[in-house]
Amino acid sequence: MEALTSILFHGLAYAMILYVISVGLSVTMGLMGFVNLAHGVFAMLGGYVSVTLMNRYGVPFALALLTSFIAVALVSIVLERTLYARLYGASELEQVLFTIGLIFMAGALVRYAWGPLPQPVTLPTALSGQLDFGFRSFPMYRSFLIAAGFVLIALLWIGVERTNFGAQLRAAVDNRRMAESIGIDTRLLFSLAFALGSGLAALGGSLGADILAIYPGYATEYLVYFLMVVAIGGLGSLRGPFVAALLLGFGDTACKYLIPELGSFFVFLAMIGLLLWRPTGLFGRA
Amino acid sequence: MRLWTSAAVAAGMVACVATSSFAQTVKLGIVNTYSGPFAAVGEQLDRGIRLYMKQHEKDLPPGVKLEIIRRDDTGPNPEVAKRMGQELITRDHVQILAGTVYTPNALAIAPLATEAKVPFIVMNAGTAMITTKSPYIARTSFTMWQSSYPLGAWAVKNGIKKAYTAVSDYGPGIDAEAAFTKGFTDNGGQIVGSVHMPLQNPDYVPFMQRAKDAGPDAVFAFVPGGKDATALMKTFGDLGLKQAGIKLIGPGDITSDEELHNMGDVALGVVTAFHYSAAGKRPANEAFVKAYKAEYGPAEEPAFEVVGAYDGMAAIFHVIIAQKGKIDPDKTMELLKGWKSDGSPRGPIMIDPETRDIVQNEYMRRIEKVDGKIANVEFETMPMVKDPWKEINHQK
Repeated sequence: MEALTSILFHGLAYAMILYVISVGLSVTMGLMGFVNLAHGVFAMLGGYVSVTLMNRYGVPFALALLTSFIAVALVSIVLERTLYARLYGASELEQVLFTIGLIFMAGALVRYAWGPLPQPVTLPTALSGQLDFGFRSFPMYRSFLIAAGFVLIALLWIGVERTNFGAQLRAAVDNRRMAESIGIDTRLLFSLAFALGSGLAALGGSLGADILAIYPGYATEYLVYFLMVVAIGGLGSLRGPFVAALLLGFGDTACKYLIPELGSFFVFLAMIGLLLWRPTGLFGRA
Repeated sequence: MRLWTSAAVAAGMVACVATSSFAQTVKLGIVNTYSGPFAAVGEQLDRGIRLYMKQHEKDLPPGVKLEIIRRDDTGPNPEVAKRMGQELITRDHVQILAGTVYTPNALAIAPLATEAKVPFIVMNAGTAMITTKSPYIARTSFTMWQSSYPLGAWAVKNGIKKAYTAVSDYGPGIDAEAAFTKGFTDNGGQIVGSVHMPLQNPDYVPFMQRAKDAGPDAVFAFVPGGKDATALMKTFGDLGLKQAGIKLIGPGDITSDEELHNMGDVALGVVTAFHYSAAGKRPANEAFVKAYKAEYGPAEEPAFEVVGAYDGMAAIFHVIIAQKGKIDPDKTMELLKGWKSDGSPRGPIMIDPETRDIVQNEYMRRIEKVDGKIANVEFETMPMVKDPWKEINHQK
């Protein structure tokens, strides 16, 4: 029982981070069919921005998060307009090569600016320590992560399901040519979705700096996990990656908790099994 | 064309012979971690080397010069370390090798030292069996068994009956676990669970949560010092193990001096066994800390890695001075065996004549506040501890 609650709790916190970072990747891949392997770069940059603001300039936690979201969203728009836009419609190989190159460049840049070491994360005192839930206590910060994750997800789902922007986005994902022919500017839409996805990744990177260490190898090391979320969840949906992130979060935590000798092996095995069963992911469209 | 090539080769050979016959310049090859996520530890070693050079270069016999050639092994990468060792031996013709933060790297260099007959001074890597891998290895740092084995006995004597072990999954971690487990269970303690944690950037939460749920009296932990030690300490605090009445104990790596200021009050009360603390009250140490702060800044604290390298340089200087700069490998090893120093910041040290491993005091330390800063305060001394692993297993 003790073990089960521990796994569920920490798995949930981990899943939230994975989802917030990866959801943008799912949308951009689903919307434009663009293979953006450099998605983790935005999460990494977000982490660097917020950690630096907090450690070096004493900026409050919430403000640092907001700044990292906005800064990275802006950077991503610039990159999208100047670089990504040239490769829309190019072959997948070209897109993969380009985004891998971007990962290397970003890694080298942050190594130059911040050095090779993982960034120390100093959380606000209000978020450290324990939170007593009555039957047992949990770490405050992870509880906050779970709550923050649910708020973000609620906002995102309302935004996509209930607003005009969301309706256009869904239309463009379903049938881009039809959406264009009824007057939706899909280029603009994509820029906005790209910026939103990158901003969310930055937020995830900042919130999760404690779990996924911020260092120059970030975008390569954790890429596998982000891709797994998208692959298992299926492209272009919000629900799919969420279920996938939960599976991955619970699976990985349970594995570390119960059979640490296996490391992450079990998770990869589970993914292979899942994809053999459903090659387009749990909620993907064939 | 061929003529030119052979002429060039011949000229090169003449040049080589010329440098090696001019024995007054001793070439020391350092294999150390200068880049990558572990560069901070490598920097500690290098600071020890530089500080010793600065203080003692004048002690070399007249006409003898020490040239240090540094090579980067980029972290726990035995393939790179081996290549660097080979380069230093075959291309730079070093007469002495030294360095290596990590055990796998030291093990990769060991066969080279044997084959090329180049004495190799291990300045940090702490897995017990390293010195058995080549007759040309001597160690000036420590072994994991020296600290973790006596800690097991101490824990039982101090009311810890059930312990959970959590160690990083590589040589020294496995060594620390084995040493503590032997010392602990031989004295009647019970291990209620153990886990090996991944070495690179892990999230310690699931492992510490598991340890907490097992309900031990203490968690025995080992992670490589530096940022990992801080991350472990924070996780220990965040998960409330302290409030649950669980103690944290381990070798001194988990409270490495240079990281203490990042750990905060959660570290208070943590008990470790180790051979060096920057807070040690010995004249040699106080002078050393003062010189270190003068060199690298008043906020900097020397960690055990600095001392391992610093004393390594002292041993190297000893053999250079005794041979007046003409380094003979076998004579060098004879000189190292039984070498003693009272000038080390950690107290008296000796190279065991039988095993070529370090013999030194082990101190029991508790994290306390000294002048408003947290420090490893020594409260008990175990004098001149030989590596227990070699004693128990009759290894040389």
